[in-house]
Amino acid sequence: MTDTTTPTDQPLQAPRNKPLTPGQAMRRRALRHKGLMFGAVVMLIVLCVAIFAPLLTQYDPYQQSLLARMKPPVFLGGTSEHWLGTDGLGRDFWARLAYGARISLMIGILAAVISGIIGSTLGILAGYFGGKVDMVVTFLINVRLAMPVVLVALAVVALFGGSLVVVVSVLGLLLWDRFAVVLRSATMQVREQEYVAAAEVLGASLPRILFKDILPNVMNHLIVIFTLEMAHAIILEAALSFLGLGVQPPTPSWGLMISEGKDMLLFEPWLITIPGVALFFLVLAINMLGDGLRDVTAPEGRN
Amino acid sequence: MTDPILSIQNLTVDLPKAADRAHAVENLSLQVMPKEIVCIVGESGSGKSITAFTTMGLLPQALSPSQGEIRFDGHDLLKLSKRAHSDLRGRRMAMIFQEPMSALNPCYSVGDQIEEMFQQHTDLGAAERKARTIRLLEEVHLPDPPRIYNSYPHQLSGGQRQRIVIAMALALDPALLIADEPTTALDLSTQQQILHLFKELREKHDAGIMFVTHDFDVVAEIADRVVVMQHGRIVEQGSAEEVLNRPQHPYTRLLIDAVPRRTRDVPAPITSHEVLKVSNLNKTYHVAGGMFRPARTVHACKDVNFTVHQGETLGIVGESGSGKSTLVKCLIRLEDPESGVVSVEGKDIALMSRHDLHPYRKHIQIVFQDPYGSLNPRRTIGDQLVEGPVNFGENRAKAMERARELMKIVRLDPEVLNRYPNQFSGGQRQRICIARALMVEPKILIADEAVSALDVSVQKEVLKLLNEIRDRMGLTVLFITHDLRVAAQVCDTLIVMQQGDVVERGTVEEVFGAPSHPYTRMLLDAQPGKHWDVPDIATLPPAVA
Amino acid sequence: MAVYILKRFGLALLVALTVSFISFSLLFMAGDPAVAIAGENATSEDIALVNARYGFDRPMIVQYGDWLGSAVTGDLGRSWYFDMSVTELIADRLTVTMKLGLFAITLALAVAIPLGVAAAANPNSIIDRFALFLSVVGQAIPSFWFGLILIVIFSIKMRLLPASGNETWQHFVLPTVVLGYYATPAIMRLTRAGMMEVLSSDYIRTARAKGLRTRKVMFKHALRNAIIPVVSLAAVQMGFMLGGSIVVETVFALHGAGYLAWESIARNDLPTMQALILIFSTFYILFTFLADVLNAWLDPRLRVG
Repeated sequence: MTDTTTPTDQPLQAPRNKPLTPGQAMRRRALRHKGLMFGAVVMLIVLCVAIFAPLLTQYDPYQQSLLARMKPPVFLGGTSEHWLGTDGLGRDFWARLAYGARISLMIGILAAVISGIIGSTLGILAGYFGGKVDMVVTFLINVRLAMPVVLVALAVVALFGGSLVVVVSVLGLLLWDRFAVVLRSATMQVREQEYVAAAEVLGASLPRILFKDILPNVMNHLIVIFTLEMAHAIILEAALSFLGLGVQPPTPSWGLMISEGKDMLLFEPWLITIPGVALFFLVLAINMLGDGLRDVTAPEGRN
Repeated sequence: MTDPILSIQNLTVDLPKAADRAHAVENLSLQVMPKEIVCIVGESGSGKSITAFTTMGLLPQALSPSQGEIRFDGHDLLKLSKRAHSDLRGRRMAMIFQEPMSALNPCYSVGDQIEEMFQQHTDLGAAERKARTIRLLEEVHLPDPPRIYNSYPHQLSGGQRQRIVIAMALALDPALLIADEPTTALDLSTQQQILHLFKELREKHDAGIMFVTHDFDVVAEIADRVVVMQHGRIVEQGSAEEVLNRPQHPYTRLLIDAVPRRTRDVPAPITSHEVLKVSNLNKTYHVAGGMFRPARTVHACKDVNFTVHQGETLGIVGESGSGKSTLVKCLIRLEDPESGVVSVEGKDIALMSRHDLHPYRKHIQIVFQDPYGSLNPRRTIGDQLVEGPVNFGENRAKAMERARELMKIVRLDPEVLNRYPNQFSGGQRQRICIARALMVEPKILIADEAVSALDVSVQKEVLKLLNEIRDRMGLTVLFITHDLRVAAQVCDTLIVMQQGDVVERGTVEEVFGAPSHPYTRMLLDAQPGKHWDVPDIATLPPAVA
Repeated sequence: MAVYILKRFGLALLVALTVSFISFSLLFMAGDPAVAIAGENATSEDIALVNARYGFDRPMIVQYGDWLGSAVTGDLGRSWYFDMSVTELIADRLTVTMKLGLFAITLALAVAIPLGVAAAANPNSIIDRFALFLSVVGQAIPSFWFGLILIVIFSIKMRLLPASGNETWQHFVLPTVVLGYYATPAIMRLTRAGMMEVLSSDYIRTARAKGLRTRKVMFKHALRNAIIPVVSLAAVQMGFMLGGSIVVETVFALHGAGYLAWESIARNDLPTMQALILIFSTFYILFTFLADVLNAWLDPRLRVG
């Protein structure tokens, strides 16, 4: 890019062909990205189902009914009274699915927030300060990575009980590693940039540099990892519940629903298929959203 | 009457739709004769590299030749199949690229990579291949060929790697050698050796050489014929003697006028007031070891001493590894020196705590080399301009006022303060960075290779701006560069650094006229195009477009 | 070089110790082991007896030191549930898990690497989209659900493969597929990304300028470089697979170390849990060290000064 056409005595204008701010340019790219839009839309749908569950079904997900047990869904010969059928205890399946969305989303978001705060702080501090701080954080990351997550999570839940609080805490305290690793390397890269050096020379205080120069430029990575870890937490919670060591019955967790359905695999496969498909789509959507965000915020680095 | 090795006729290469012009190269015609060096000169975006890549058949998929013909070895290259073109590469035509540091595969030894040429294009046995490879290493003047043969690329310097690339290119004695800015990324002294090598190749081989460059001094050093390009078109071509001394086209004249001349126009009013005094500055780095490498220490600054007076422009010249970057970092306290004195307006800031240092920081400010990395992409330039004064306690609104003033001084429209950096070109960004540094009213301004990354014509404008600002505000400037020619253009005094030591100091006239240290003499000698007397454009007859 | 290896080893040891200490403290905090052993209806005297016998009334750090001391000599305690030496118990089961892990990583590499290379060589083509689709879908399917679905299709409906147990090689097919696909997306994406980056690098351009054919450029030059981080990732994934094996082995009732983990957790068998955490983390550390060594072997920049 040259500006050989600079007249020497008049003030210059900024070039006219790029009036978009970085924010606007990103928004435009986001709207065009199919994966991102798919992910965002599906997530929105699940969010609405979760929030408006009471309006979408008249049934109580906890209410059992001996008479209405094991009714098949509408498309497998059932009636529209229970359009997704009922489970082994006669509870309406759609109601359990809809309220189950709340569990999945809540656990996913909370765990991602907790691990995000822990991991990002560690990562940014390690990346910015280097030296001893980096050594300590890297050691902590290595310790965390060496710990078998599933094993430790199962053990903790087994020992401390399977309440929502315990599950969210243990996931939040175990899933911060990717935040730390990615934000550490992102911070290290940003730190090398000359505008950070310029800020320091211009007398900026440490908090100012961290918040005005470092954070805005690593925010993309943070958001992408947030979505990915949210999906990770949701799958993990489902796995824990499936193994009987996550959220406890009768809470309508999708993983628990699959677990409850596995004994009747032979005759009523929809009991595991439906919650499984729901899980699959939610996680797929979140992952595609995350990937899309990664593409959109770093168009040169399509991975 | 010999036939040309290469004959390009009316070549047009299209750009994809989103680009700012329709063609990368338009209606281009040129020829290369055997034993001739044709230099293609232009700034970035001129299409000179595209021409080279099209000839080799290495265009990226987004670009496609839409018209013209390229005659080589009896074929029209544009009509050849990919396989046939690939067959010619290496064997009949070879290319040398700009970045030697990344041009070689890190996983194979250098000898292996040269031998690959023979493996691919000949039936020679292993012993013969190795023998020829060693001969090639000798031809490009690499010391101790057997050791180099077994070395990996990362064990060699940039200059050595470039020689390896040249050796690979020569392996099968091709008819056409294409070199795309092969010396731009190299130190001055290494550049001199590589240019010398090219001249030798012209004598010893029958190949025609197409040499792409942006540097007219390089053209003066080696070219037989010159082709000048702008915006994808050839604006002038002819023998080197004609184009260099009697340029016709206004663009050619613009470029030649921008070539850094060796003298500074007006001597500066230098007072006797000492603004900066550096004494016995020392800085050492410790590099950690890996699984197979021991740790090592680098003594980057060894007892550095110098003094700068108010109004003076001091040039600090050195190649890579000279310690000049470390010195600068110590001056602005991005790094902390081990020992020594850095006295700014009488106050020693070398070893002060960060807290004590804060109020003194404003006295010494810096403009960095890379215009694209020096501005935070996520903040408006107005926000970044007022940051400095606000950090030192000034009122934000007043700072904004000053920002508008400074924007005018650096010749940018004050209305653009709420725009983001991505909307400005490289030269404009450097102006913004200069304005940013001036916002806190420093006594000393450091320009750290501030124009090295800019095109020559833009460079000239920014240097002119710097001169004006310095004269107007009575600034003291430290001008860091690897290029003696640019230093001579703007500086009053010079110090030359080599591996952490200051080996030469004096006024520009003294250093250029009577250099005392062998290193300085070597640097002066290594400047390309020394014998060329840059014509004074003003005295030429009117331009012919 | 010796200094470097020693340092790495020391660090690894420290990590392993820290992990075991953390898990020990967690387990220590959680329950009253005396009750677990003596039973729910134990009297306070029974509990006191158990405490004295097993040393549960000593301070945690002492108990930890005791356990560590034994562990170093190979004695990992005695399982409360199985009533046998934990070391014997694990050694027995570990071979099954190791087999499963090896099969799984082989499958993952055999699928992921060619796919990644093909995708990178033909960007935006059908195969590229397919590879990305596979990896995105692969990361979204919960492994336990995938296992159940495979059981429904191949064991129940088609009666081709057994659903549980680990006697014959057929028993390993479905678990291998489930565990393998778990690692495939990450490896595929890294291969693809690595290849794409390498293919746009300068030395590939040099290789083309030398007149080398596409196949040679792709494999001898590009893949050789792109594979370096993939090898490390594969070693690390092996470590993660140990964790994944818990779910897979439980779904397929494959009696490996993962299944043992679930069993011991369900039964609050603390010594076994503690030992398994140590074993799993040790293996992970070993694998990452192996990854480092492989890295150095493949990359001359790390190997030669």
